[in-house]
Amino acid sequence: MTRHVVCRADELPPGTRRIVQAGGRSIGVYNVGGDYLAIRNRCPHQGGPLCEGVQVGAVTSRGPGDYRHERPGEIVRCPWHGWEFDLRTGASWFDPKRRRVRAYEVELLAQADLDDGLEPPLPGLVRGPYTAERVPVTVEDAFVVLDLGG
Amino acid sequence: MTAAAGRAPTPLIDCDVHNALPADDALHPYMPAEWRERRDGLSYLPAQFRNVRENLGDRSYIGAEYPRPTPRASRVDAWPPGGGPPASDLAFTRAQLLDAWNIRYAVLNPLLGIGEMLNLELAGVLARAANDWLAAEWLDRDPRLRASIIVPYEDGPAAAREIDRLGGDPRFVQVLVLSRMIEPMGRRRYWPIYEACERNGLPLAVHNGGWGGHPITPAGYPSYYIEDAAAMAGAFQAQVTSLLCEGVLQRFPTLRVVLIEGGFAWLPALMWRLDRAWRKLRAEVPALDRPPSELVRERFWVSTQPMEEPERPEQFAELLEQLGMTEHIMFSTDYPHWDFDAPAQAFPIRLPPDIARRIQHDNAADLYGLGMPAAATATGR
Repeated sequence: MTRHVVCRADELPPGTRRIVQAGGRSIGVYNVGGDYLAIRNRCPHQGGPLCEGVQVGAVTSRGPGDYRHERPGEIVRCPWHGWEFDLRTGASWFDPKRRRVRAYEVELLAQADLDDGLEPPLPGLVRGPYTAERVPVTVEDAFVVLDLGG
Repeated sequence: MTAAAGRAPTPLIDCDVHNALPADDALHPYMPAEWRERRDGLSYLPAQFRNVRENLGDRSYIGAEYPRPTPRASRVDAWPPGGGPPASDLAFTRAQLLDAWNIRYAVLNPLLGIGEMLNLELAGVLARAANDWLAAEWLDRDPRLRASIIVPYEDGPAAAREIDRLGGDPRFVQVLVLSRMIEPMGRRRYWPIYEACERNGLPLAVHNGGWGGHPITPAGYPSYYIEDAAAMAGAFQAQVTSLLCEGVLQRFPTLRVVLIEGGFAWLPALMWRLDRAWRKLRAEVPALDRPPSELVRERFWVSTQPMEEPERPEQFAELLEQLGMTEHIMFSTDYPHWDFDAPAQAFPIRLPPDIARRIQHDNAADLYGLGMPAAATATGR
């Protein structure tokens, strides 16, 4: 399992997102009302930078004349052609079975839980061969951790 | 560069780029003082009131524009960081389009609403200013750029004069009109334009859009932009039919017509229908002395974006076969508009390399006289 530390939790408050490079891919990590969600920053349609698109709600209809705005901020709309994807599942809004973008698990971990299997919290640094003894100073901190799978 | 060693990448010509004015008064330096003053006469007002085209004397048909899904119908990421609307900033256009996709040539088709302005004098002045602006601020500044000549197309003789004025500049590669004009394109009021195209060896480009005072679909005024976008091929079909039946292609035997942003899956069906009708009804249109499909395949070109995408991708190959115009299809992105086609992902199927190269480069190079890249002749073939 490959994990990537995105940032400290207080650096990703509700309503914000970060685009990070992890495992050779560009991935958008979102905080939607306290839920941490992540999808790949590449639209499956024509390769547009999906996570640079706006977050919108789902406009739904139970029938003509009935319009509802639901799940605000949980749908991302590609900046190129407007294809919409569900941040929770990666499924497209218009064809959820066949058109989807890879979604990733995101965890919130305390510093104490960041074991040696993790990449360093500073992006771009490669973990060296030695590990100094650590003194946990900020044990209250939580980190947003991206789970890249397999 | 090393990855491409030994094999030149497919060069690309983008046949439809919509550069824009950076500001409403960007043409003023290119206008005669009397017209500049008339358009600028409200300069004593605060800026937010000055920027109203109606106040400046620009009038076209009301309702021409259905609200697009995004501001200025553009990709959300196409707004230049330095300000101004999408594709108004050459440096950002270079970075986001020309350099990003390694485009060898791009043809600029600014959609400025000039051709359908009801004040024909002003339309003529603005067209001239727009072309001078294109030359000075775009063509002079990047050798990869080519442009269409903007003309006041509802005033045939004035349009012809503007074509003659610029016909000697090889960077202007065609004459631009829109798919919805006051009358069908084959009608005589537009013939001076076709005559001038021939005289200057320039193709006529028909781009999706315009109004001409007619409902945006043949069935009337629809409620939504999606209806405009999906039904727009109707105007193109009417124009192809008109040009053929009015004998324009016989009267102007070297005129070539480019259909831009109109799709082309409808064209085989139209050719079949026209040929069938022609066999029975050709006495009515004696000038049309050959099966219409022959003239379409010889004299019309089409651009790719937004090409139709069949339900089963392999049907796209069948479509190309039905069309029989592989040497007349030209790649276009439609940058910076919201329905932009990314070059590598544009086609529903992987095209055979020779056909891909024709569509992405050679067809446009041939039509516009752009030649072949030195690298390709050295390493390719």
